[in-house]
Amino acid sequence: MTENAQKLATGNRLRDGVPVYFAGAGTWSPKVNDAVLVEADAAEALLEEAQTGEKPLPAVGVELIEAVREGKRIVPVTLREKIRAFGPTTPFRIS
Amino acid sequence: MYRYDEFDRRFLDERVAQYRGQVARRLSGQLTEDEFRPLRLMNGLYLQLHAYMLRVSIPYGTLSSDQLRMLAHVARTYDKGYGHFTTRQNIQYNWIKLEESPEILADLATVEMHGIQTSGNSFRNITTDPFAGVTEDEIEDPRPWCEIIRQWSALHPEFSFLPRKFKIAVSAAAKHDRAAVKMHDLGLYLRRNEAGEVGFQVLIGGGLGRTPYLGLALREFLPKRDLLAYLEAALRVYNQYGRRDNIFKARIKILVHALGIEKLREEVEAEFDASSKDGLELPEAAVDAITKQFTPPSYADAAGDDAILQRILAADPLFARWVKNNTHAHKVPGHAIVSISLKPPGRPPGDCSASQMEAIAALADELSFGEIRVTHEQNLVLPHVRKAALHELWLRLAEAGLGSANIGLASDIIACPGLDYCGLATARSIPIAQVLGERLAAREEAIGKLAIKISGCINACGHHHVGHIGILGLDKNGEEFYQITIGGSDDEHAAIGAVAGPAVAAKDVPRAVDRLIDAYLHLRRGDERFPETYRRVGMNPFKEALYAAG
Repeated sequence: MTENAQKLATGNRLRDGVPVYFAGAGTWSPKVNDAVLVEADAAEALLEEAQTGEKPLPAVGVELIEAVREGKRIVPVTLREKIRAFGPTTPFRIS
Repeated sequence: MYRYDEFDRRFLDERVAQYRGQVARRLSGQLTEDEFRPLRLMNGLYLQLHAYMLRVSIPYGTLSSDQLRMLAHVARTYDKGYGHFTTRQNIQYNWIKLEESPEILADLATVEMHGIQTSGNSFRNITTDPFAGVTEDEIEDPRPWCEIIRQWSALHPEFSFLPRKFKIAVSAAAKHDRAAVKMHDLGLYLRRNEAGEVGFQVLIGGGLGRTPYLGLALREFLPKRDLLAYLEAALRVYNQYGRRDNIFKARIKILVHALGIEKLREEVEAEFDASSKDGLELPEAAVDAITKQFTPPSYADAAGDDAILQRILAADPLFARWVKNNTHAHKVPGHAIVSISLKPPGRPPGDCSASQMEAIAALADELSFGEIRVTHEQNLVLPHVRKAALHELWLRLAEAGLGSANIGLASDIIACPGLDYCGLATARSIPIAQVLGERLAAREEAIGKLAIKISGCINACGHHHVGHIGILGLDKNGEEFYQITIGGSDDEHAAIGAVAGPAVAAKDVPRAVDRLIDAYLHLRRGDERFPETYRRVGMNPFKEALYAAG
């Protein structure tokens, strides 16, 4: 585990596949900054809460990932999750 | 081109209606994700990093202009305005919404397209030479055989749940393999026997991924009439003995090397002998009926086109370079096969915008009998262009951003979507391709033919094992590293590249590739291509260059 890293719950929105982040109280947001960030010892409870609610859940493939606070921003730790949160590093361009 | 009959159309319409119901039940919560996932995958819908991804099948890489216009429509209406042509001669859309996917499949069905069997443990798209039917070096057109295999294998009840996916490629050019046949689970080369009859050499057990192998000869000559019976026998043996306990050992290549080719051959031949009377012997009339659908177009008399072309070539060196690199000899005098590069240096390889697709469709209608091919190198082909029309074609392609004269050169890089899009990837591919393409474009004419292939993970969708220079992205403790292989090839001299040594950091890849190319230019004799030089001198000089200090 990365030093100072906390955990958040993320998945992909069922209806369109957009990465979403559990924002508490049954809500999900496409903005990683809205995520509820918890310490490791509270992570499993967060995951359980994120997967509770009326079916179908708004998100699929829900899992915990590591993230850190950088000032006012929440930034995922791994490159994969950064790309999920902020988009491809190579947007399509036409000359 | 093959056109659907009433049975095909009705089946596809019913499939769309079935899928529409499945999506509705998923969105309402009647189906769980575990229940729904196999259903969407059977229709080509994956869930990737940013959205759903739809993979649309392009059987043996052949498209009509109407189909390409529909692919443009899907890109513009349901995606972000572009699609990505793949190394499987298919197209993928990276930004699809589940709730819109039934409508997409309904739209595709109107032009006889779908995403069936672009996922799952069954037959995948049958692939072939993109120059099929028009190249002068082929024995005969392989597409009717691809279509026969497609019809036999589509939703085959016995083989819908194989141990793992199964890929078949067919090539008809005895001396030039443009279909990477030896890298397939089962490969077919059309060939003549000593009596002059045309049949197939059958190869089995090729594949890339984490355990790369070249296919081995299973049968040196198979009469055409026995094709399906023999394929059925091979698949039965695989279905019976292939491993299902370990996904990494489930491909037929693992079975071939576990049993040994001799034992596997015994099993297949025994099954073939026992079952070849099951009605699979191909009736000549049925073969003829399908072959007729691939009748060549009515070419104009273009006897004077060569002289016209020569005059323009002499006056326009940039055009002459494009003709040299992007056209191929056609079997009809006065015509050319044109490759359209989807690799403008610095752009994601294989990506094509909706506008570009529409421009190509219009050019195909005007200049190539409305037909387009997709290559496993992620480019497109217009197969029937009069030489007198080449200059106009080049100018109009250039207007659409498609005028790159780099087919087969260093910036014609194969790359998978990598970690920018793919849920399986461990590192990015596209940015590496972009940097290399821009860096190498200036000197690629001096370098000559060079195949650089990049994969973002060990699954090898970017075919890195068979690149002259292969680049495999890895995750090392959260950092992107790239393992470099040398000496691979996917043509008639197919070879699996050898790992050069320790992986290099992402920032060091461009310089590493530069060093390998510099070494090649120093070592090569005459017009030797990179793999030929590698075979002659071996790994050491390249390794020394790659890991030179500084």
